[in-house]
Amino acid sequence: MPHSITPDSTPADDSSRTISQVDTIKSEPDTQTQDISMADAPSPAEADETKVNLEDLFDDEDSDQEFASSAPQFKSEEEASQPAPIKITSKSTFSDPDIMRAFYQRLFPFRYLFQWLNHSATPSNDFAHREFAFTLPNDAYLRYQSFPTADLLRKQCVQQIPSRFEIGPVYSTNPRDRKSLRKASTFRPLTKELVFDIDMTDYDDIRTCCTGASICHKCWAFITMAIKVIDVALRDDFGFKHILWVYSGRRGAHAWVCDKRAREMDDAKRRAVAGYLELLKGGDQGGKKVNVRRPLHPHLDRSLNILKEHFQTSILLEQDPWAEEKCEHLLNLLPDATLKAALQKKWDSSPSRPSASKWSDIDTLAKSALSTSKASKELLEAKQDIVLEYTYPRLDAEVSKKLNHLLKSPFVIHPGTGRVCVPIDPRKVEEFDPLGVPTVTQLLNEIDEWEGEEVKKGEKKMQDWEKTSLKPYVDFFRVFVAGLVKEEKKTGIKREREEGGDPMELF
Amino acid sequence: MNRHDYSRVDAKRRANISHNKKQFAKAEFQQQKYDYRLNYYDVPPTAEITLEEFETWAINRLKVLSELEACSFRNRSPEETAEYMTSILNKHLPLRSNSSRSQSLQEERKKDHYSHFILRLAFSSTEDLRRRFSRLETMLFRLRFKSDDLKERKDFVNTLNLEWEEVGDEEKAEFRKDLAAAGNIKKEDDQEWFKVDWERVPELVEQRRVFLKRGKAYVPQREQLSLVVAEYTKRLDEALELTSRAIPRLDEDDRLAPILAHLSQSFTAPDAAYTSSDASIDGLSTITAGAIDSLASNFPLCMQNLHSTLRANSHLKHYGRLQYTLFLKGIGLSLEECIIFWRRSFKLMTDDKFQKEYKYNIRHSYGDVGGDSNRRGRGYTPYSCQKILTEPLPGPGQMHGCPYRTFTQDNLITMLQRTGINDRDLLKTVKEDVTKQRYHVACNRVFEHAHKREIKKVKDDGTWGANDLDTIVHPNTYFKRSWLLKHLGDGNVGVVGGGTGPGDRMEE
Ligand SMILES: [Zn+2]
Repeated sequence: MPHSITPDSTPADDSSRTISQVDTIKSEPDTQTQDISMADAPSPAEADETKVNLEDLFDDEDSDQEFASSAPQFKSEEEASQPAPIKITSKSTFSDPDIMRAFYQRLFPFRYLFQWLNHSATPSNDFAHREFAFTLPNDAYLRYQSFPTADLLRKQCVQQIPSRFEIGPVYSTNPRDRKSLRKASTFRPLTKELVFDIDMTDYDDIRTCCTGASICHKCWAFITMAIKVIDVALRDDFGFKHILWVYSGRRGAHAWVCDKRAREMDDAKRRAVAGYLELLKGGDQGGKKVNVRRPLHPHLDRSLNILKEHFQTSILLEQDPWAEEKCEHLLNLLPDATLKAALQKKWDSSPSRPSASKWSDIDTLAKSALSTSKASKELLEAKQDIVLEYTYPRLDAEVSKKLNHLLKSPFVIHPGTGRVCVPIDPRKVEEFDPLGVPTVTQLLNEIDEWEGEEVKKGEKKMQDWEKTSLKPYVDFFRVFVAGLVKEEKKTGIKREREEGGDPMELF
Repeated sequence: MNRHDYSRVDAKRRANISHNKKQFAKAEFQQQKYDYRLNYYDVPPTAEITLEEFETWAINRLKVLSELEACSFRNRSPEETAEYMTSILNKHLPLRSNSSRSQSLQEERKKDHYSHFILRLAFSSTEDLRRRFSRLETMLFRLRFKSDDLKERKDFVNTLNLEWEEVGDEEKAEFRKDLAAAGNIKKEDDQEWFKVDWERVPELVEQRRVFLKRGKAYVPQREQLSLVVAEYTKRLDEALELTSRAIPRLDEDDRLAPILAHLSQSFTAPDAAYTSSDASIDGLSTITAGAIDSLASNFPLCMQNLHSTLRANSHLKHYGRLQYTLFLKGIGLSLEECIIFWRRSFKLMTDDKFQKEYKYNIRHSYGDVGGDSNRRGRGYTPYSCQKILTEPLPGPGQMHGCPYRTFTQDNLITMLQRTGINDRDLLKTVKEDVTKQRYHVACNRVFEHAHKREIKKVKDDGTWGANDLDTIVHPNTYFKRSWLLKHLGDGNVGVVGGGTGPGDRMEE
């Protein structure tokens, strides 16, 4: 219903707008940062764990103030605003505003981020109507930000130096204009990548090596296992091809399924995918967390095959989950009273037996304790369930179920660790080292220390990120985005031919 | 006579939305003929009906939908629901098959058709209403589909053009094992399969009841019901969206608007609403943060569980916090006291962290912050049993929900015993209730047992009427009733039905 859109919002709907039209965006006085700190939006600390405050964030769309871009008067070319080198001393920390500003100016790959969300090189509503949410250094949380071009996004980042920003759905109209629409109902989320969030907190009851926010290589294995299982299911079962895995910067990973078919899913379909992939049920009082029928669904059967090996090393050896009296839980998960009694006796007499030995004790003692083939089958299934309980991905499923859920952007800095949220190559997921991911301070140092040839004859000027250890990650992202854009182009042409029009016209 | 030209409404709607929707293309301004008992409601009605018919038919259908909702709330099984609904459907919205050779087939189908569209108009205004309407209409459709004459049902399905691709023998052989495992099929003989985009059968996907390969779902023949129902829901949801965008134009009709508004209002009042009277309990002095520990013995199991978890861990995860905060708000704990309560409960947390990460949520629940609508509505409403029972199950570390539903039987019994319920017969019956998924029946049973003597007393002396003792469907009602019963005769305790006779106060 175009008539319900106020005139000053039309430029944003016009995908052919150019930079020179930027000044038609409403601008606010510079005092806005003071106002923002009083905004009654959720504090960023809550937003950090988006999963825990879903309801608060989304139940009231009106709860956050709108602040239009202040459209700073920067020059528009990325290269033109090359800042003076900043001095990084041993005392510099990643939360330092200068550091963050330099990061956005020199390292953040806005161009590829734009292409990724825009699905083509020409600016379109896929990008312009996309919601961004900024967390500012003063902890204010700004929702419903949007940008016609990559450059304008970059400018606001450089100006406001958000500690991070999140990406939401593409809306039916420009998110910044949502208040000026005559009917609020015409402002609706249309599309967004299908997203997944895997966080180590959900493993706290089985993780023995670390607690809280810290991680090590041992427990990162949980995330590795999760990526392997989810990735193959999304590809082989659902037929998705463009899946971007991103390190969350501290102790988890996100997935962005970018296929058009995934982006267009409504909440019911998102719920279906999440439900298909979700396995562990029941809170801490729920007892056995895995209850699946036999024969195993092909997806679970495949997952079990992937996870079996990891169980031997990552769980039995490295986590040693049933040390000392913790074997109680293992006993609870096993069938057959005779067998349990025999195991109990054995483990009582040598409580320090490592978990791997306890695990093999089960089969050893089962030989004499179990007499029927039914009992053996039950034991086998119980053991499979245990493997799944300790290895199967624990998704924060709520994140995946909602079209309008926001998720932290790739390549932003994790405010707690200073590490960049870099993509993870699922084909080499075993090689990914979260503790080796560069921090923002390290990267800026690398630029300063770089001693290569700045400009080769006839070649494009070298980007700063190319001088740092961020390069392989940006390169990976670039290739990923190119693949997506290429496919989009293909299907776009095909659709136009088939339907002879833009289906969005209806709205 | 108040004759109303229904087609006028329709003409307006078509002016808005029909150009892209071929479902409206067929509409003709005349009586339609109904070949089948089942209806996908793709074509809107076009003939004239009286204003009286308009209202009566809608109310009849509304009655049916409300009863269906009550069934789902009471966790009736599909069989129980079908049985219960038979007489209600016969009375309010009969719909016979062709083989019945009834004279009134066309009349019945017309009423079914029109009443569906009238309610569609009435309930398309908000997302909430749309979702609820769609869910209940889907239930109704499913019920009718199952009870339909097999031959007629097949003919009806054939008219739908659902584009199912049959799985060929070669593919069947290739995926034999996977198909059998996914479909939970013991014997592989002669099973037929359809192949559709998985998006067509989200329910089956969600429950892992189909084999998936590269975006296609392999659906066994016997799941046809699911497919037909999913397609029904999909089309209805799309139509509701369109209707909601066309509806402002309807407001111009001053004869229909009040009826539609009235209909949607009577649908909005849920059967388990929290009433603010649950918060005003005579004789209970202003509740402070410090009083919660002692009041907890009057809490329903779901809240006792949250309370003891909070005490044990000095923490509760988000959904648990939300459920508990709203309950506390519901029993009359003020915002200030509620903040104090949580601050003291999170013993291990720094003030800074509490202020930053938790306080906002509490204030938000009370409507102290948030958008206009949140503040106007004084925040969220305390959760009813229905809400708690239909939420997703808690994940690892989470404690929210109804223990009768979320706990294993053994853990549930242990917990009940900890609260002093040891009667073996009762525990056995509770187990049976839980097995049949009658969670709130179990909860009411436990309540009645725990308050046996008091209930007998108020019944005997006639101070409480039947209304005061009907089934509890809200945790806050549970608390209020429990507290009052346990404080019978405590000085000025105003019992629900009045009367403050000397009571034998029970020890807790
Ligand atoms: Zn660790």
